[in-house]
Amino acid sequence: MMQFTISRATITSRIAGVFALLLLAVLAAAPWWASSSFLHLAGEFAVYLALATLWNLLAGYTGLVSVGQQAYVGLGGYITFSLALFLGVHPLLAIPLAGLVAALVAIPVASLVFRLAGAYFAIGTWVMAEVFRLIAAQATALGGGSGISLPATVTKELGGKWLREASIFWLALALGAGCLALVYLLLRSRIGLALTAIRDSEVASTSLGIRIGRVKHVLYVLVAGLTAMIGALISLQKLRVSPDAAFSVNDWTAFVIFIVVIGGIGTIEGPIIGTIVYFLLREFLADFGTLYLLFLGTLAIVVMLAAPKGLWGYAAERFGWSLFPVGYRIHFKD
Amino acid sequence: MDLINIVLQGVLVGGLYALFAAGLSLIFGVMRLVNIAHGDLIVLAAYIAMEVIRLSGLPPLLALIFVVPVMAAFGYALQRGILNRTLGGDLLPPLLVSFGLSVILQNGLLAVFTADSRKLDAGVLETASLSFGGLSIGLLPALMFATAVAVIAALQFMFYKTALGRAFRATSDDAEIAELMGLDRRRVYAWAMALCLGVVAIAGVFLAIRSNFDPFMGPGRLIFGFEAVIIGGLGNLWGTLAGGVILGVAQGLGAAIDPGWQILAGHVAFLLILAIKPRGLFPRMDG
Repeated sequence: MMQFTISRATITSRIAGVFALLLLAVLAAAPWWASSSFLHLAGEFAVYLALATLWNLLAGYTGLVSVGQQAYVGLGGYITFSLALFLGVHPLLAIPLAGLVAALVAIPVASLVFRLAGAYFAIGTWVMAEVFRLIAAQATALGGGSGISLPATVTKELGGKWLREASIFWLALALGAGCLALVYLLLRSRIGLALTAIRDSEVASTSLGIRIGRVKHVLYVLVAGLTAMIGALISLQKLRVSPDAAFSVNDWTAFVIFIVVIGGIGTIEGPIIGTIVYFLLREFLADFGTLYLLFLGTLAIVVMLAAPKGLWGYAAERFGWSLFPVGYRIHFKD
Repeated sequence: MDLINIVLQGVLVGGLYALFAAGLSLIFGVMRLVNIAHGDLIVLAAYIAMEVIRLSGLPPLLALIFVVPVMAAFGYALQRGILNRTLGGDLLPPLLVSFGLSVILQNGLLAVFTADSRKLDAGVLETASLSFGGLSIGLLPALMFATAVAVIAALQFMFYKTALGRAFRATSDDAEIAELMGLDRRRVYAWAMALCLGVVAIAGVFLAIRSNFDPFMGPGRLIFGFEAVIIGGLGNLWGTLAGGVILGVAQGLGAAIDPGWQILAGHVAFLLILAIKPRGLFPRMDG
């Protein structure tokens, strides 16, 4: 009889795990050792990492290619500001509440946009985001089309300058790492098995009894809630919301899609690699303004045509790397 | 009388939306491609028209003699050079590549033409109007609507009565069998995109005569076109015209209530129809 063992982790993944925890600890202490511009940049990095991870969960695993996730980013910001301004809710407490409210909003939205298939679903989500943006522009109590800043009385609740910057950074770190951990654990669970099956073949997974419609619905609502929490965090980072910025398709969806595709769609590592590439490009090329965006658009097209699985997908296929093992490996003895 | 006037203006604007939508409907019908850069291509056509007019001094509508073939040739090249490589079952590659194209077009136009808003001057055409028993119709909106009807009638004729249309329908039904019959699907797709961008050129010029344009107004036009296609029902060109009209009337009624409600009212009408009749009003094919 053939002897074999089954494992999930690899040496690379164990090293990566230890390294990730160390990195997290060092970063958590950043408010004591880093400058405020570093905290700002790292916070932004975490925001993009979280958005990319969530978009990848939707599009990479269930094929729900949404170009309307800015709907929930903006909604999260607007809910947070409304709660803080009108109900006097502490801004930090408003973040989970924003996630909850947005998830509730996403339930009827999902039942509408899910009537559209494939690419039309994508544009349908965009229409939804436009509807949210136009409604926000009508909200005169929140500054209408020009938006509103968080008044100093509310910002004071977040503490002095150091504490405010530190707590917003910790939140970003928690949300970034939290989204990553959540997706990792989700994909290792029973649901993850279903998601991976759906990614590989919808027909085959239906025949195995996976209720694709329900899985997609639940996932859409979950991602909407989490995206809104990130939107809430973004509004606190900027201390301001306005319809055009909060519901920007370029900032919160186009760049996020480019990040995921360049890094590698349908893998956990892809969005991480993509976010790193995106920030490197931005740091080096941002001075060139529009040229930088031309380059980003071209890079995304080239990667999609030349290496559709992205940078990580290419490396993983070639070298068998895996930092976040979600599958099983069989090792045969002899 | 006011209400009749609002509805009438809405119907005529609907013609422009149908022009935005006709090309989208055509390429979806032939190759199931949804081109996110469609609206940006409309804006590109408007800028090309502006340059043609600047260099030649032609009036805007005559500039179409140049803009239509230029855009059609660009469409053929775009399809053969880039978009054909993205087709093949998976949804993401065409979507992402056209998204990238959209970002490139917007920022390319911004780099060349700056963010200033422009407009094409069509002279007396813009102010002339026809009167019918107390109702007055602008000549330009009437011409726009008539053009939309003519374009859709021509596409309909082409689709059902010509050899090219037969090739489109055959490839749409089953690309592999069509290839067995001697069609080259890459060329069929390229012709479809050329035709689509020819229509886009007409839409772009009318857009530029009717209102100001800038490099970033493409996505909004894409969404109007998309809404007209879905309201009318996939694969039905006359339905697309009806969809454009419904969208135009809804926007007109919304604007009459409150100017801030104009666009929102169009979206709400779209969502209502999506909720009541998910396949649109006159569907001919499945998504």
